[in-house]
This record gives sequence, structure tokens and C-alpha cells, in this order.
Amino acid sequence: MNSTTIDSNMQATHSSRYTIQDSPGFRITALLGKWEALLALLFVAAFLANGILLPTFLDPYNLADGTFNFSEKALIALPMALLIICREIDISVSGILALSSVAIGIAHTSGLPPQVLLPVALAAGTACGLLNGVLVTKFALPSIVVTIGTVSLFRGLASVVLGDKAFTGYPQLMADWGQGYFFDVIPREFVVLLAFAALFAVVLHCTRWGRRIYAIGNNPVAARFAGIEVNRYRLVLFMLTGAMAGLAAWLLTGRIGSTRPNIAMGWELEVITMVILGGVSIAGGAGTIGGVMLAVLTLGTVTYGLSLANIPGIYMTIVIGLLLLVTIAVPRLLRGRKVAK
Amino acid sequence: MTLLNKNVLKQRETLLAASIVALVLLVGLRAPIFVSPGSLANLLTDSTLLVMLALAQMLVIVTRGVDLSVASNLALSGMMAALLASRNPDLPLVLVVLAAAAIGLVLGLVNGWLIGYLELPPIVVTLGTMSVYRGLVFVLSGGAWVSSHHMPQHFIAFPLARLLGVTHLVWIAGAAVLAAWFLARHSRFGRDLYAIGNAPSCARYVGIPMARRLLWTYGLSGLMAGLCGYLWVARYAVAYTEIAYGFEFTVIAACVIGGISIAGGTGSVTGAVLGALFLAVIGNALPVVQVSPFWQSALTGIVILAAVLINARDGKHGGRQILPLHLGPNRSAA
Repeated sequence: MNSTTIDSNMQATHSSRYTIQDSPGFRITALLGKWEALLALLFVAAFLANGILLPTFLDPYNLADGTFNFSEKALIALPMALLIICREIDISVSGILALSSVAIGIAHTSGLPPQVLLPVALAAGTACGLLNGVLVTKFALPSIVVTIGTVSLFRGLASVVLGDKAFTGYPQLMADWGQGYFFDVIPREFVVLLAFAALFAVVLHCTRWGRRIYAIGNNPVAARFAGIEVNRYRLVLFMLTGAMAGLAAWLLTGRIGSTRPNIAMGWELEVITMVILGGVSIAGGAGTIGGVMLAVLTLGTVTYGLSLANIPGIYMTIVIGLLLLVTIAVPRLLRGRKVAK
Repeated sequence: MTLLNKNVLKQRETLLAASIVALVLLVGLRAPIFVSPGSLANLLTDSTLLVMLALAQMLVIVTRGVDLSVASNLALSGMMAALLASRNPDLPLVLVVLAAAAIGLVLGLVNGWLIGYLELPPIVVTLGTMSVYRGLVFVLSGGAWVSSHHMPQHFIAFPLARLLGVTHLVWIAGAAVLAAWFLARHSRFGRDLYAIGNAPSCARYVGIPMARRLLWTYGLSGLMAGLCGYLWVARYAVAYTEIAYGFEFTVIAACVIGGISIAGGTGSVTGAVLGALFLAVIGNALPVVQVSPFWQSALTGIVILAAVLINARDGKHGGRQILPLHLGPNRSAA
């Protein structure tokens, strides 16, 4: 009886509208067609061009120091990638970062020991993320609107506390992590970033949670009907983004040694650019951590090369913008116009 | 059904208008100087740029899009207008204004082409062009400021000059409101935008030329940004790389407060105007009631959140629930 049903099922697969194929084998052409391959080529090209044009570029100490300018942003880009894959977005990350940095400052001036400052930053960030998440999930509001509201709220609260002053004089422990090195060469921030990238990659690509995030991003309603607690995932991802912004606040504050009202101004767009450039679809449901990390490294290489060549940082924004536009427009142009026009 | 919807919409806008009046009166109670005609006229003048940008942004948001590049576009066309006027002081003002508007239009059409004809996501495209345009401001100006003594006198004087006792800024904004109202309510172009925002695939099937409509919608947004670029630079009599930095979020916030759904298809000119006025009132009232200006951003955030919460209450467009998912007391997640 059982075997006959299986037989009929197998026959039915041919007449069915849908065929579920096994995952395809390893093919070099398929690999080359991937976004990540394109990015890797771009990265290698940028790296080689810089190495040839700038004699000081390949100096290991210089290279190591070049990682400082993107490590904190990349730490926020990791959870942001998960959020965007999940069809949400968080514009408020720079506000969360500012508020967490203020929380560190308050905790420090009120005499808490240096070891407690990291948990304070994480708690402040998570609380901000919780607010975003609750507004998005409980009231069914679009996340872009909610976070445009909360970014002004968070940054506003930070500037209310700060006024025209700044918190300075942070403990050595934070400077050690913000500016310090392992074995005198490898910046600690970069190691932290790599560790988290590995963690996020495993969670997204090798666990059930990761599969469910893709499922939610592809079709939230179907995911809900399949028994995934969609809103719980969204809430947790917003809190995670908040917590990572808190961690970035702790590192950044330690690195620059002060909290000012304009801390991390405009970072939300740089972080989102990293994620989009990394091949994460803004419509949700597609993207990899590997791609995001490649985008981070490519952008880091270009920025660092430009700064070695003494080109003002603002030119970088043009390069980033063009890179973003070209990388999304070129595949579209190559594929040609859609028929459903 | 449509009648009911219309009533709800009307209520929302009257609610917003009432709360603006209440806010003005409340502040007037604390500081009577605030409700003096001079102060109110000042408030109106201050709100004009936000009103105009919000109108253009409204049309974009109605099509399910968003234009993050408005502030950068404003800065770039404002800077070019300022450079043009300071290099050629004898140039008639009309030409300078037209040049600013034309530059804005071209920058907007770039967005529109990428979004309409290449079908790229608006948020990504405008995020990219936002960086590029802002960077170009620096490249063009060489990082230098163009300040009031570089600009010719008639260039600076125009926005605040008065015609029949009302500043030119207010006249221009008034004209923009009328034009946007006509466009949104009485032109085929405007109705098509609502159709595109409500149901893109249906709009395509009924033969709306979506690519062309989107091209000109973003073009219009750029045109408005270009015009506002000149007005901004002339009004504050200074042009530098960071002018209007982050203003795109204020513009979107004004739209959101005005009840324009970010999901597209809903929104009215009245809503956009009232939303912008609301933000302008808050900005102008804080110094008068002696609240620290540092509170402005935080209060703006609270107002945005309150507005979206109120707007969400009367129109739950979320996913339809076909089956009861939770029958027990725990009815939280949907």
C-alpha cells in the first residue's frame, strides 16, 4: 500500500507544476556567475591596483591599521544583513550607537567599574532595539517609518543628555579594545569582527534559524502559515541589531576616547550600502554573510587606498555611491529588459 | 466603502489640523508673542521649503517609492546656483533660478531612469545617488564656502522680499501646493501614480506607462529639490557641502505625519502640507517656550512615532488573517 502511494507520487511529480530538484553539483560556471565571485574579483582588483599604485599600501602595519575605519560599521552590517534578508530595515542604528555611547559615558562618570561598561552598552543597545521591534511587531508598522522616527528620538535623547558637552576620559580597558592589537599587529576590533562574521555566517547558513529568516524574507505570510513565529524572529533581530550597535558604540568610544553629539553621524546609510553591495536583496529573502564581508573588505580597501593617496574622504562617498549604482545596474542591463512590460 | 474611507481620511487630516492649531494656541498661552501676526508669518516662511519638498516626496511615496537623494540634490543645485551667481553677478536672477531647477530636474531624472526603466529598487538607487550628489557638491566647490558677500544682492534678497506683504517664499510654496493638488487630484498623471502605488501589476495590465510615469515623478521631485536648492541657499545666504544634511529624513517624516502610507497608494496634498507645518511649528515653538533646542530632534521622533501609531489604528493594511491562529488568551503574534 505504502509503496504504491510512493509510486503514484513519483509519477505525479512529472505531471505536477512543481519539481523539486536536488541541489545542483559543483560547477565552475555557476560559481563565476555568483554575486560573491563578482565582488571577490572587485576586491582583488582594488587590492592589486592599490598595491601597485601605492608603495606604502602593502606594508602589514598599514594594512592592519586600515581595518579600523570599517570594523565598527561592519559589526552593525552583520545583523543589518539579517534584518534586510528578513524584509525589515533599521535606519536607527547610528542613533542607537550614539545613545549607547552616552549610556557608557553616564555609567562611567557615575563611577561604575570599567568592566561593567560593555554590558551597559549592550543593554542600552538592546533596549533601543526592543523599542523598534515592539513598534514593528505589536503595531504592525513598517520598519522604515518606525526607525526614521526612532533615529531622531535616540539621537535627540543623546544630544539632550550631552548638550554642548562631551564625555571623555574613558578607562584604559576600552582604549585597549578600541585601539589595541593582538600580538602587536592584528587590531583587536578586526578580530572581534571576524569572530562575529563567522558566528553570523554559521547562524544564517547552517542553522534552522537562518533558513527561517530566509523563509520569512521570501514570503512572511507563507512563513507564518508554515508555523514560524515571524514576529518573534523580527523582534529578536531588531534586538540583536541594537545589541551589535551597542558593541560598536563600546569599541568606537574606546577608539576615539570621547562621546560627542555627532558620533557616528550618517553611519546608517554606509552600513546599509555595505549590506546592499554585499548582494543582499532589498526585497528580502536573498543574500549571504560572505558577500557582505567581501563588500566590507572591498569598501575598506578602496577607502584606505584613497586616504593613502591623500584624496579627501568625501570623494569616497562618490566612489561608494557609484559602486552601489553600477553593481546593481550592470547585472540588470546585462540581463536585458523584462518581457512583462 | 469608498465613502467610509474618505471620511476616515478627512478625519485624520482634520485631526492633524486641529492638533496644529491646538499646539500653536498652547504655545501662545505660555508665550503670547508666538501668536502675534509677525511671528506666525515668520513660521509660515520657515515652513515653506519643507512643505514644497514634502509635496514632491508625497508623489514619490504614493508610487511605493522613496527619494532619499532630495537633500543632496538640494545641496548640489543650490551650490551650483550660488557658484553661478557669484561668478556672473550680472546674470538675471530668473536664469539662475531656472538653472538650479534644471540641474535638479536632471539629477531627478537620473533617479527616475534607473528606477523606472531599469526597475531597480528606489531605496537603493536614491541611497546611491544621495552619496554621489553630496560628494559632487564638495568636488564642485572644492570644499569652500560660498558666503553672502560672494553672492549678488538681488540673489539673496529675493526669497524674503515681500509681495503684497507676504514673502516670495510663501507665494512660491502656495503655487507649489496648488500645482501639486491639481496634479494629484485632477490630472491623469497623478491618478496613475496612485494606481501604480496601489497595485503595480494591475497598473501595468491596464496600460499605464509605468516607466515613463516613474521617470517624471522622480524628475519632479528633483525639480522641486533644485528650486528649493536655490531658495535655501539664497535664504540662508550661504552654501557649503553639508547644507540640508539629513534633511531627507525630515521631509519623509513630514509625509509620514501627514498620513501618507509608505506602502504606497495613499496620501493627500493636504496631509503633506499639514505634516510639514506640524514639524515647522514644533521647530519654531521650542525656543519660544524656552525648551532647550537639543530637545527638538527627540520631540520630532516622538511625534513621528505617535503619528504612525495613530495612522496605523484606522487602516490596518497588514496581512489578511484567513484562519484564526490563536484561539487561546495569548493573541499576541499575528
